[in-house]
Amino acid sequence: MWWERYPEAGRERSGRPVAAEKLTGRSRVLHDGDVPPAVAVEALERRFGSFTAVDGISFEVEAGELFGFLGPNGAGKTTTISMLCTLLRPTGGTARVAGHDIVAEPDEVRSNIGLVFQETTLDDWLTGDENLRFHGVLYGLPESEVVRRMGPLLEMVGLADRARNLVREYSGGMKRRLEIARGLIHAPRVLFLDEPTIGLDPQTRAHIWDYVERLRREEDTTMFLTTHYMDEAERCDRIAIIDRGEIVAVDTPARLKASVGADTVVVASTDDEALRIDAARDLGVEAELVRDGLRFLVPEGERFVPRLFAVAGDRIQSVSVHRPTLDDVFIKYTGRDIRDAEAGAVDQFRMNPMVRGFRR
Amino acid sequence: MTTGTAGTTGTADAPTAAKTGTALVVGRRGRFGRNAFTVAMIWRREMVRFLRSRVRIITGLAQPVLFLFVLGVGLGPVIGDRGIEGVSYQAFLFPGVLVMSIMFTAMFSAISIVWDREFGFLREMLVAPVSRASLVLGKAVGSASIAVLQGTLLLLTAPLVDVDLGIGEAFAMIGLLMLLAFAIVSFGIVVASRMQRVESFQVVMGVVVNPMLFLSGALFPLQGLPDWLSVASKLNPITYGVDPVRRVLLGERGALTWNGEVLPIWTEILVVVVLGAAMLALATRLFSRSD
Repeated sequence: MWWERYPEAGRERSGRPVAAEKLTGRSRVLHDGDVPPAVAVEALERRFGSFTAVDGISFEVEAGELFGFLGPNGAGKTTTISMLCTLLRPTGGTARVAGHDIVAEPDEVRSNIGLVFQETTLDDWLTGDENLRFHGVLYGLPESEVVRRMGPLLEMVGLADRARNLVREYSGGMKRRLEIARGLIHAPRVLFLDEPTIGLDPQTRAHIWDYVERLRREEDTTMFLTTHYMDEAERCDRIAIIDRGEIVAVDTPARLKASVGADTVVVASTDDEALRIDAARDLGVEAELVRDGLRFLVPEGERFVPRLFAVAGDRIQSVSVHRPTLDDVFIKYTGRDIRDAEAGAVDQFRMNPMVRGFRR
Repeated sequence: MTTGTAGTTGTADAPTAAKTGTALVVGRRGRFGRNAFTVAMIWRREMVRFLRSRVRIITGLAQPVLFLFVLGVGLGPVIGDRGIEGVSYQAFLFPGVLVMSIMFTAMFSAISIVWDREFGFLREMLVAPVSRASLVLGKAVGSASIAVLQGTLLLLTAPLVDVDLGIGEAFAMIGLLMLLAFAIVSFGIVVASRMQRVESFQVVMGVVVNPMLFLSGALFPLQGLPDWLSVASKLNPITYGVDPVRRVLLGERGALTWNGEVLPIWTEILVVVVLGAAMLALATRLFSRSD
């Protein structure tokens, strides 16, 4: 099967049910060894005058992946997404999205992607339902088709009973949810979400993520999202860390964190010294005696704990596992904290190339 | 999953989908259908929005009615039938006020693109897999329809100012107003493509729309003007929009002349159509630049 080529993805996805056609309008037909990446970027570059917003980045996003683009504001995330969505012409390099070249075949790319922007792009004076119809027609769906797909999607984002209200009566979170439904109505192969939760309150953020998770479970849509929230990046299959227009790391969150260093497991027991000797003998792991008990440095802390219990279950009084966070990862690869990086970014210039493009 | 073309060309039926590996169950229109239906959809959006804002319909009618029934009545005795012999000033003003209403509505509606840009909806349209030409065309047809709707409402007041309006004239009027509205909307879209902020609308009205209205013969006759004013009015495209409307409603006596010769009505119509088409082409060009 296809995931054999990508052991990482296979391990994480094997338990998931495949494509709910009701939502995707698409069924997955797979061919062995024949899975082109959903997004393939090669030496992509974008300059604005003498300033380089995106500096020759390369990466691939596999079909079906939830791919996160993590970086501080102004790192080049939106510029990259704008280029992948054919809104901004690259000044160098190439990229293929859903198998189509972003420069040579913009219409094919556009037909196959869905977009949820940072700012809302809904018509306030139309109803939710009308916004979806408008969108569907622009993407070539007959209205009967739009109507057929609309129901389940509105249901999924919890707006079925509000579809006939004017969008101006919606809250910020409702608008964002409507945009997610809209981005999916034409059954895109890749859904781009540019900071989908920016400016939303924590509760709404959590809700949006519930929908994203659900999509991920039930649909076959590849998702590409940008974020500068570490906890959101954590939920992705893989993340790319971008800083100052360059990609500094691409991998699963788990492996990125592992690359920073081992997990720390601190154990308090009835007899620390005896446990230290037993662990070294039975598990082959050296521990260090600290004030709170024994400290083990192991690659996968939560897998280590059960083994430790097998050796000394009755003696253990408390256990704490500390894993490196993506904050640690960010600091390792960029030398800065993501919040410091944000403060130092040339925000005005890099912030919103999409808007700049349209305003000239 | 292979790279099928099902997403862009026509409906993908199940057997094809199985073969290409991209089983898009959603039926899709081809490029032409997509663009054609987009024009229709944008038109529909304009109409829905217009009909939803009753305030706009009423305020849109207020100004022309004010001109016709206050300015027209007030200046009537002063001007008398100096516009066209045997025709009251109010009747003379009627075609002018029609064009004025078309101009204001069309410009306002075209410039609402700037609002769309401000509220982000323009982006939703610009990222769709449709040509910029169909976006601009849809906007132009939609806005022109709104302007003509307003104009038609105003036409109903014709009997109040003693203008005879038969069925034939009414249809001719609507046709003329359509062409004019289309040309003005296209011009408005060109202006809007260069506008950064909604606030600039007042400037456009003051610097562009009002001078064009005043120089068009909509409010006073163009005969016997000082040379500079006469030349300026003949260079003004709106002049060629007002004159045919007045000729249809009030007859040939007040027709526009060039060097003493009456200009054929078809020449005037041609001027409007050609300028309108040029503006539409320019508007499409201006919206096609993406970076």
